[in-house]
Amino acid sequence: MRRWITEAVVLVIAAVVAFPLFWMVLSAFKPEDEIISADPVPWTTRPTLDSFTRALTVANFGRYFMNSVIVALIVVALSILISFLAATALTRFRFRSRTTLLIMLLVVQMVPVEALTVPLFFLMRSVGDNVPAFGLNHLGSLVLVHLAFSLPFAIWMLRGFVAAVPVELEEAATLDGASRFRFLWQVLFPLVAPGLVATSVLSFIHAWNDFLFAKTFIISAVENQTLPLALQVFVKPDQNDWGAIMAGSTLMTIPVLIFFLFVQRRLVSGLAGAVKG
Amino acid sequence: MTAKGQGRTAFAYLTPALLVLGGLLAYPIYQLVLISLYDYGQEQVSGGAPLTFLGLGNYQKLLGEQQFWTVLGQTVAFAAVCVVGTLIVGAFLAILATRVRTWVRMTLFLAALGAWSTPAVAGSTIWLFLFDANFGFVNEVLGIQGFSWTFDKWTAFGLVAAQVIWCSFPFVMVTLYAGIKAIPGEVLEAAALDGASAFRTAWSVTLPLLRPIILVVTIQSIIWDFKVFTQIYVMTNGGGIAGRNLVLNVYAYQQAFAASEYGLGAAIGVVMTVLLLVITLFYLRALRRSGEVL
Repeated sequence: MRRWITEAVVLVIAAVVAFPLFWMVLSAFKPEDEIISADPVPWTTRPTLDSFTRALTVANFGRYFMNSVIVALIVVALSILISFLAATALTRFRFRSRTTLLIMLLVVQMVPVEALTVPLFFLMRSVGDNVPAFGLNHLGSLVLVHLAFSLPFAIWMLRGFVAAVPVELEEAATLDGASRFRFLWQVLFPLVAPGLVATSVLSFIHAWNDFLFAKTFIISAVENQTLPLALQVFVKPDQNDWGAIMAGSTLMTIPVLIFFLFVQRRLVSGLAGAVKG
Repeated sequence: MTAKGQGRTAFAYLTPALLVLGGLLAYPIYQLVLISLYDYGQEQVSGGAPLTFLGLGNYQKLLGEQQFWTVLGQTVAFAAVCVVGTLIVGAFLAILATRVRTWVRMTLFLAALGAWSTPAVAGSTIWLFLFDANFGFVNEVLGIQGFSWTFDKWTAFGLVAAQVIWCSFPFVMVTLYAGIKAIPGEVLEAAALDGASAFRTAWSVTLPLLRPIILVVTIQSIIWDFKVFTQIYVMTNGGGIAGRNLVLNVYAYQQAFAASEYGLGAAIGVVMTVLLLVITLFYLRALRRSGEVL
């Protein structure tokens, strides 16, 4: 009997927690007159794709969606490659400055990246003078900063996974005549895949959600904006197109949600592995 | 392989990471401190005026301003409310989650996963819409149409805090739940056999065992909530009317990029970094105590 009450309470709380997301999706499918009605109701009898059409055509959301995807995917790919090599170096080799590097990795994770907007802004400005593709107003600048922000944690986490692979395996591979390069990419890399999944998800989400750096770096090049900024552009005082905003929010949230659901098991085991390692 | 050869290979593997981290993290940190020591405004940026070294001038100016202290106080209070709220909600739900059947728990976790994975910008706009003065569902339910949540300073802060708690409690809940589940059943059975009440078991057995995890999620939450930017910026439209909803992060951004006082903005950034590094030291100590080794 008492468990029944607890379960009812938990289900109500779950409904409250999920309600904002439900409202987002619902509003995205509502016709316009129902959205700006003075008496909003939690259902609709006339679902429509008008809001999505407006978001994609008028606000050019498709373009911003692709920009976000490009930035996030390049960050993930590069971060996998670089952090895997670095984690291998830090676990498989003994050299003098190893401990110093590890401590620095940990400390650097704690630096509030938000505080670095000013110096990074000027850095990207001077980078842009030499290599425009990585300077202000270009997606390359976002790739660079998010790569830098995601690396410390990715390396830190992968370390545990690389360490978990027995050294005997490497000796066996060497005896079988495998080169160091082959061992690295054909034996070690697949074995640490669960850790790579967990770190990639976090790098992806960081890059995908970023609002501050997109706002700071992409000043005038409207065509290079990413989703969070594009969404913000919709919001105008007193004349918000809530339907399109909710459609845009839905488009922005769904990929992350699917990603999260898809990897949640691996994410949890990945995090557990990192802690244990 | 020889020690020297090992070092060389390791260095080769580390080079890309060191290049990226050195150029895009270490160098900007150095630059941040440097810029904060100069009078660096729009004229200096465009090259119209020479750079003047101020030493600690920006910091003096900052500490002498009433607004800085107001914003600092707001930041600490806002972070405190968010942290306490997140921990209470997260811990309460983690405990409830241990007492229900699997499908109920999965429903709760699924809802939490949704809140967790919603991008901050999207989450902020959804909450703004839900609490909209005229078209919002909340005002409709409460029967207070026309009431603006974002106009008053305190309701605006409250609304942002609620949004932050909504998207950050899942982390606390899932972590604590895992912690509770990891406590061996025998320990709790032994306590029950010794005649301990449910409350006594929770207080004297479960809580001490969970302490390291609680410490880690607390400090992690402090670090996160201290740096909230997107929610404040989006929900209060850049820091509220006349900047009354500013927190340090947004304040630094506005000083630098809206007022073109880059030196001052950098100084605020340095203050924030120092404050967070102090918190981090506690974090590292907590991590060490909970058994993590380098």
